[in-house]
Amino acid sequence: MKILGLILAWERGKDLVNLTKVRASSALPVFGKYRVIDFALTNMVNAGISKIGIITQYNPRSLMDHLGSGKEWDLDRKTGGLFILQPYFSLENRSMGYAGTADSVFQNMTLFKRGNEDHVLIGSGDHVFRIDYNELFRNHLETGADMTIMTTVVEESDLAEGDWTVDTTSSGRVTGWKEYCPDKTVADSGKSTRTIPLGVYFINKYLLKELLYANVPEGKNDLIRDIFIPCSSSISVHEHRFKGYWRDLQTGINLYYKTNMEALQDEVRAELFYKHGTVYTKLKDLPPPKIANTAQIKNSIIADGSIISGKVENSLLFRNTRVFAGAVVKNSVVLESTVIEEGAVVENAVLDKNAIVRSGRTLQGKPSKPASIEKHGVV
Amino acid sequence: MRKQPVALILAGGQGRRLGLLTDEIAKPAIPFGGKYRIIDFSLSNCVNSGIHNVGVLTQYRPHLLSRHIGIGRPWDLDRKGGGVTILPPFTGMQASDWYTGTANAVFQNTEFVDDFNPELVVILSGDHVYGMDYNEMIDYHLSKGAKGTIVCMRVPLSESRRFGMVVTDFENRVIDFQEKPEKPRSDLASLGIYVFDWDFLKERLLLDEEDPNSDNDFGKNVLPRIVEEEAGDLFSFVFDGYWRDVGTLLSYWKANLELVRPIPPLNLHDPSWKYYTQTQEYPPAFVGTDSSVRSSLINEGSEISGTVENSVVFQGVKIRKGAVVKDSVLMSDTVIEQDAYIEKAIIGERTKIGEGTRIGSGEPKSHKLAPDVYSYGLAVIGSDAVVPRGITIGKNVSIGNRCRKEDFEGDVDSGEAVLKK
Repeated sequence: MKILGLILAWERGKDLVNLTKVRASSALPVFGKYRVIDFALTNMVNAGISKIGIITQYNPRSLMDHLGSGKEWDLDRKTGGLFILQPYFSLENRSMGYAGTADSVFQNMTLFKRGNEDHVLIGSGDHVFRIDYNELFRNHLETGADMTIMTTVVEESDLAEGDWTVDTTSSGRVTGWKEYCPDKTVADSGKSTRTIPLGVYFINKYLLKELLYANVPEGKNDLIRDIFIPCSSSISVHEHRFKGYWRDLQTGINLYYKTNMEALQDEVRAELFYKHGTVYTKLKDLPPPKIANTAQIKNSIIADGSIISGKVENSLLFRNTRVFAGAVVKNSVVLESTVIEEGAVVENAVLDKNAIVRSGRTLQGKPSKPASIEKHGVV
Repeated sequence: MRKQPVALILAGGQGRRLGLLTDEIAKPAIPFGGKYRIIDFSLSNCVNSGIHNVGVLTQYRPHLLSRHIGIGRPWDLDRKGGGVTILPPFTGMQASDWYTGTANAVFQNTEFVDDFNPELVVILSGDHVYGMDYNEMIDYHLSKGAKGTIVCMRVPLSESRRFGMVVTDFENRVIDFQEKPEKPRSDLASLGIYVFDWDFLKERLLLDEEDPNSDNDFGKNVLPRIVEEEAGDLFSFVFDGYWRDVGTLLSYWKANLELVRPIPPLNLHDPSWKYYTQTQEYPPAFVGTDSSVRSSLINEGSEISGTVENSVVFQGVKIRKGAVVKDSVLMSDTVIEQDAYIEKAIIGERTKIGEGTRIGSGEPKSHKLAPDVYSYGLAVIGSDAVVPRGITIGKNVSIGNRCRKEDFEGDVDSGEAVLKK
């Protein structure tokens, strides 16, 4: 089985406020030294996929900077490797930009036509999870499905109106797709979980090609709404149930904050960073973090290049951050190269890159609604 | 424009006084400063100085060194022209020779240098930790119209016995050499870093090879003979920046711990003079709820649940709950189990210290096998060792690479050596 990987990385996300002013949601920095897309890439590369296309559109600068030639993921290759797929303007296509998920794949059909892959694995660049895809591939072959989609079970309270859910049979066949619509009577009756698709689709390349050619030119641009649902009677779709840690960072800054904080839990770190091997990311040549004798650190992640002289508790300090003596950082996510000066207090906050909290200033949010500063912002 | 000089890094040294740290690897490959290896400093200085034609001359146990350098990518030395080349000894049509001395090592690689047809060669040592812009000494060399320039550092006269001393006239021209003198006539110690006009050096190396009594060493033979025969001007360039020999366990330990000072003598954080290394991919460091970390370097992949004070902790180190680490150097992937207590120790890569074991306690006694190597009150534990739980280990102790539980007979007294059976 030869597989082409496709990562959709062209969206901005929803309520990510300042964080996606300057970057696509797939380029969000997470867990001290990574960008979200590292997880999608690492998962694919570890499954032996060596040709991966990244579909970009919304502000891709920092994403491109991060990906480079693909070297860090072993994707700088003579055959295959990393392909950056940008929206383009041509004689036939005057729309400039992607009208939907199906359209974004359709517009990059050239990658399908060239190459000898027989299957396509489509994933999303802004989801955090680790998986051994080989299990999904085996499952796909065993069930003989035309398409296998990754699903998981979530609490109904985690869903928002309009999120996709799927109906499945006990044998794992997907029988229907529905948009979630809060139903008080159902919620009260005790059925509080739903199965949702995770945006990972594994499908025969030629079948996908046919489906796209048959639909997209007629203005049907969304993979689920316009292609999978109308075709559900003619193709057999099976689920591959994912039981591990999974977060969709497109959802908003609260979840972004919460997800980062969850990495302080031993079990989460064990699953994300050790169980399925190392996550690859862009290397930066930074010295080891230095902890001064005035520092007090509890339950925190400290990335390379940082110098900590103040008090840090339940926080993530990304690369090259500075916490000066007398400063206090609590329950916060501090992105790369941000400086917290003497005596400043930061609590329940998300500080974007290169921000400065001036000496003696206070920035406080609530755990349910973290305060945030934008890139290069000053408090 | 001037043709780029070629740099030759001599990386064949054993570093005998580093004891078991160099049992299996060459001194330039020894880990230093949390994530680096000693040779990273010479290599980084080269690229930061704009020198991209680099040969690394290896001899003693070169495997790890070769793997570390690879094609030179971390230093941007994977280039279409030039870049880094590893130069081990080789057999030729007639002679098959190990490098007999520093000068012979360079002589045997004459063809490598000739391929670049440079005006200047820079001879460096891969044994030292230092930050130096080689352009300064090259500019000095050119401005003096010298045939060769020797980089020197002022040292206390009492230290002269450890160095080759250089005697100069008022213009800094070299007029004499003293090899490890009791009574030095100068305070200028040669650092083993030289610039030469390549044509001149080639000539001198040939003469040196023809001399059957020569040890083929720069400091002992080649340079003194140049001065003796007044063959060409040698100048001394005085360097006053950061340079550490790290040739003994004490100086190695001290140089590591210096890095945790509030204002360290070597600034690893200087964005304009970065030090590059082959970085292993690890998640960022994690400090747990019940832990305390002060005055230390910690590193990616380390998970600290115990107490760390005044120490250098390399990548991937696990320090479990209740364990205490003080004044120590813990190399990559070591594991310190619960309630272990470690003071003044150097612990090699991937070594495990058992639960509740105490290291560095008791009165110091002189080491019974190599008192000149293991002293200063340090406990030195090799790599890939497993130290059993609940034992006490004294000072001036050496525990060999790959020692296992069965190699131990209970506590290890000060001055003892544990060897692999």
